[in-house]
Amino acid sequence: MEIPYTVERNPETGLSNGKIGIWLFLTSEVMLFGALFATYIMLRVGGADWQHDQMEAGLNIPLATVNTIVLITSSVTMVMAWASLVRRQLDRYRLFMLATVAFGFVFLIIKYFEYTAKFSHGHFPETSTFLAIYFTMTGLHGLHVIGGMAVNFYLAVPGAKLWQRNPQWLTDRVEHSGLFWHFVDLVWIFLFPVFYLL
Amino acid sequence: MAEPVRGKDEEHEHQHELGFWRKYVFSTDHKVIGVQYTITGLCFLFLGFSLMMLMRWQLAYPDQPIPLIGKLLGQARAPGGIMTGDFYNELGAMHGTIMVFLGVVPLAVGGFGNFVLPLQIGAPDMAFPRLNMASYWFLFLGGMTMLASFFAPGGAAASGWTSYAPLSDIAMNGQTWWLVGMVFLITSSLLGAINFITTTLQLRAKGLSYMRLPFFVWSQLVTAFLLLLAFPPLETAAVLQLMDRLAGTSFFLPSGLVVGGEVLQVSGGGSPLLWQHLFWFLAHPEVYVLILPALGIVAEIIANTTRKPLWGYRAMVYSLIFLGFMSFIVWAHHMFITGMGTVMSSFFQTTTMIISIPSVVILTALILSLWGGSIRFNAPMLFALAFLPMFGIGGLTGLPLGLAAADIPLHDTYYVIGHFHYVVAPGTLFALMAGVYYWYPKVTGRMMSERLARIHFWPSLLFMNCIFFPMLIQGLNGVSRRLADGGVTYDFAGDVIGLNKMMSFSAWGLAVAQIPFVVNFFWSLRNGEKASANPWQATTIEWQAPSPPPHGNFAAPQVAYRGPYEYSVPGHEVDYLPQSQPPAAATT
Repeated sequence: MEIPYTVERNPETGLSNGKIGIWLFLTSEVMLFGALFATYIMLRVGGADWQHDQMEAGLNIPLATVNTIVLITSSVTMVMAWASLVRRQLDRYRLFMLATVAFGFVFLIIKYFEYTAKFSHGHFPETSTFLAIYFTMTGLHGLHVIGGMAVNFYLAVPGAKLWQRNPQWLTDRVEHSGLFWHFVDLVWIFLFPVFYLL
Repeated sequence: MAEPVRGKDEEHEHQHELGFWRKYVFSTDHKVIGVQYTITGLCFLFLGFSLMMLMRWQLAYPDQPIPLIGKLLGQARAPGGIMTGDFYNELGAMHGTIMVFLGVVPLAVGGFGNFVLPLQIGAPDMAFPRLNMASYWFLFLGGMTMLASFFAPGGAAASGWTSYAPLSDIAMNGQTWWLVGMVFLITSSLLGAINFITTTLQLRAKGLSYMRLPFFVWSQLVTAFLLLLAFPPLETAAVLQLMDRLAGTSFFLPSGLVVGGEVLQVSGGGSPLLWQHLFWFLAHPEVYVLILPALGIVAEIIANTTRKPLWGYRAMVYSLIFLGFMSFIVWAHHMFITGMGTVMSSFFQTTTMIISIPSVVILTALILSLWGGSIRFNAPMLFALAFLPMFGIGGLTGLPLGLAAADIPLHDTYYVIGHFHYVVAPGTLFALMAGVYYWYPKVTGRMMSERLARIHFWPSLLFMNCIFFPMLIQGLNGVSRRLADGGVTYDFAGDVIGLNKMMSFSAWGLAVAQIPFVVNFFWSLRNGEKASANPWQATTIEWQAPSPPPHGNFAAPQVAYRGPYEYSVPGHEVDYLPQSQPPAAATT
């Protein structure tokens, strides 16, 4: 027994199962982060001394700017990885994919320095509502980065064996993983101004 | 083994020789997973009901030792066999949680959805079989976490199934277990929802266009969208509450909160209302998650047993979609008494009145479908018929609660409990029972006993009403809900407090009335009358597969030539035309 449209496209929708699945997953992710951003708004307008807490927290804008650039670059390498597969260049694919993972790693390291700097100044989630939502949202985003890195690493090294058996399937998987990666990137692009700049 | 199929099918062929664990426990076959969900759901329904039977003792005989099992509950929960108020609260919170998230949803969506939906659309399996298995095991983990919480220090969660902050923020450990359990359950629903939608969009049989889909498939599709979009905000809320409890944040704790006579030492600045908004943004669509699959099941059975097409199929489908959409913008009607303001209340009472329209359209269409039918009063139909007035009472008693002015005096009374139990207990549960009787022959290849089904049905119907109707009466007399003594200390409750005994005896009677069902369920597995592929002479595609269907479901790909309910079409010898029967053969 074979599940239809795992790789080949359904003529009616023009899509494979995986493509629909990943988009549905991303819709639910939008609702998850949407609720968090709604929480942010409600807490911010809700009377806590927001400006004061934000000044007090003293988030590091230059580091976050670097991190924004790192994540956007990783999205570019992600696309390049997929494009390499479309051009049937497995070695280039692997290179770009590992670069994407590496950029994710750089992002996390910078984030680690940001967090520890806060902790060393006695800034913890319980310190203020601003820091609470900052740590919760960036922390949850960090978990998404780790998840994306894990999948990308799998696809770059052990999962790439699929190329021998079904190249189209691997290309699709990379595309779907890329969609997730771009989403994670996009969330950061919202988080950056919302916490650091506004 | 060596069937001459396409080459890439080879690895799947090995599934025929799977061992016990892969075949029955960690199976990726949607039918096995559906049965796993069904059994789990039924067990949790019984467990949730058992918690309620304990509570009903406390309500009928406040502060008297529970007979027989009172001593077994332990000194902490029931010293000398007398239930403490705290233990009553634990039972209340866990009854709601278990019934909603571990009883009805796994049975209605996980069980029936998994087993029936792929068969009804002529698919070999779900689109993502391994995700499907993961979805079940996340549910299992969530259920075990909830059960384990009873043994946590301080007991299980006791802040109600709604876990309102700030009470839940400062509650004992059990609340943390509850939140972790909920994260597992949310993950399970999410994976299931993605699977259901993708399967319905991609794997329908040739010719099975959207307006030829059985109503059950439509109800599962809309339900899946509700699960997909409504659950993530609860996940957000659960994460925030976990942060409050574990990292000391104050998302839901306002400044200057006084607990036990002392100001709580937290940063403050949080909002207790925020929890309610996030919670009800999930939990109102969740109400429709509980009822829509039930409507789908009832629609299938009514069309089949009246031997008529559904009256107003298209109107029902459009109503269903509208209902799903509207269910996202009515949540704050659960919050009229929070003081969120009249502007908000006006908006939400308006949307609430609007959402009642599609519900009424569907119920009316189902009732009108009975008109002029040659009804077969078999076991599924008895339960499906009982569903209609029970859901009607549940819906109509909800109207006063949707209007802010009427809701304010009623909100904290037993009236609310009576209202939503009418929707979910004699409503949804009767529909689910109807579904069990209806699809049992497809799952097992045997019929259930009609005689035992009747012994199950009539007392259940009687007892259900004797439990829940007095709640409406008590509520209108102002008896508050959530009281561990059932309101016996309230002067004005004097006239209606006696009803508690009757309701409690009815609840225990309802438990006895389920014995014929349990006996029937197991006895028929071996001794039931052998069922053919299509014992109900139904039209939808699942009845074209053998009973029980083999791995891969159908011997040949199915093609749909007509709508789902072509019963009693004039000019034909038989009174049903299966969807997959070619037109040429039908005209002979």
